[in-house]
Amino acid sequence: MVDQAALENDQPLLVATSLSKSFGRIAACRDVSFSLYPGEVLAIVGESGSGKSTLLQLLSGQLAASGGHVSYRMRDGVARDLATLGEAERRFLFRTDWGFVHQDPAQGLRMAVSAGANVGERLMAVGWNHYGRIRDTASDWLTRVEIDVARIDDAPRTYSGGMRQRLQIARNLVTEPRLVFMDEPTGGLDVSVQARLLDLLRSLVAELHLAVIIVTHDLAVARLLSHRVMVMKGGRVIETGLTDQVLDDPREPYTQLLVSSILPP
Amino acid sequence: MTAMIDIADARKTFTMHLQGGIELPVVSGVTFQVNPGECVVLSGPSGAGKSSILKMIFGNYRCDSGRIGIRHRGALIDLASAEPRQVLNVRRSTIGYVSQFLRAVPRVATIDVVAEPLIANGMARADAQARAGELLHRLNIPERLWRLPPATFSGGEQQRVNIARGFISDLPILLLDEPTASLDAANRAVVVELVAEKKRQGVAMVAIVHDDEIRHLIADRIVDVTSFAAAA
Repeated sequence: MVDQAALENDQPLLVATSLSKSFGRIAACRDVSFSLYPGEVLAIVGESGSGKSTLLQLLSGQLAASGGHVSYRMRDGVARDLATLGEAERRFLFRTDWGFVHQDPAQGLRMAVSAGANVGERLMAVGWNHYGRIRDTASDWLTRVEIDVARIDDAPRTYSGGMRQRLQIARNLVTEPRLVFMDEPTGGLDVSVQARLLDLLRSLVAELHLAVIIVTHDLAVARLLSHRVMVMKGGRVIETGLTDQVLDDPREPYTQLLVSSILPP
Repeated sequence: MTAMIDIADARKTFTMHLQGGIELPVVSGVTFQVNPGECVVLSGPSGAGKSSILKMIFGNYRCDSGRIGIRHRGALIDLASAEPRQVLNVRRSTIGYVSQFLRAVPRVATIDVVAEPLIANGMARADAQARAGELLHRLNIPERLWRLPPATFSGGEQQRVNIARGFISDLPILLLDEPTASLDAANRAVVVELVAEKKRQGVAMVAIVHDDEIRHLIADRIVDVTSFAAAA
């Protein structure tokens, strides 16, 4: 019960304040503010072009904002403005405390090197140098994402789409990040492969107490994985709240349209 | 006595934007309290708003106005105006909800579906599974099914798995949405027994029960939902 109380009083991990981004005259993202707490899963939903992927890039410091800022509480407990981090600091954050799961695993993996090396590489980046320990940890992670360890020396280009995506997840989680960004992680996979991946993600997120910001256009994914959702349209957040609240009792016309467009199972 | 649930003048209307903005009034002026160890049964015909009130108490439906007071770790929290994080905390350690249907996650074994709320609150897996086993046993789910995911079970079996999951925690508030709907007489009797045990432990409950006999057995007080009918 003690850690429960601590959980309630803890500090946000990431705070976005009035984030905006324009490409020329087009406002891709307008005045977005929210706080994300440790262990919290936030889904950003909306159609293509609603600004959700731009927002994800702003939040992960891959794109400079036109206005507003993002602050992140580092492992030493100090909140830093992402825009003030040096390139080396930002890359270190990406290799250690953050993960980024791309829709296309080829973007997040090195397709020509072995699965074991894909996972081990992130460990070496944070200073691991004992080959045996790296290989053991990589094997352990392949097992956790349900990849047969016998495939450890094969390159991901020989893997199926679902296996590649699970390998990408292992590569991201091996350094025990506190925050993982996901961009349509189940997009492009067939339905049975999707269900298995979602189930795996759901248990890993809970077990590792990960904070996640997940961009998806699939409301079923949002319902299964997230605690909270933000609905975006035309670059703005038009509705936000607890996931089951927003999906069961949507208020905005656009959210009602999204929810009513789901086919019954 | 300090009430566990204290609802004052709560109101809920659906605005259907896709149907030209029709306003669908559900309930208004909802006011009642529930004390520890008490089971309040909501009565009224289908469509009167019983389930909506239950969902408002759980923070699943938002209120237009009024207060949903919940005693959470000794302090009164208004769920109608609480932050999402607070609502989640209240659900984790104060309010349990037994819905009509099990929302099963594929691939998770029945015993783990039932044990999950305890594990989420920090109990060791083995202890949580032992408690889950006891409940499944009482609810007549044969042990050979415990390792299987409940997705392929019959409606009645799924309902009982759902009840086991709902009753396993030691939460001070329980909301029951037709917990006995698709059960046979023997299993209905088990649910009545479980409710009685929760009352002895001081749990405050709000239930929707259509079966007159069961309602008579578990209700300490009946709140007639038709008195909260929203003016159209």
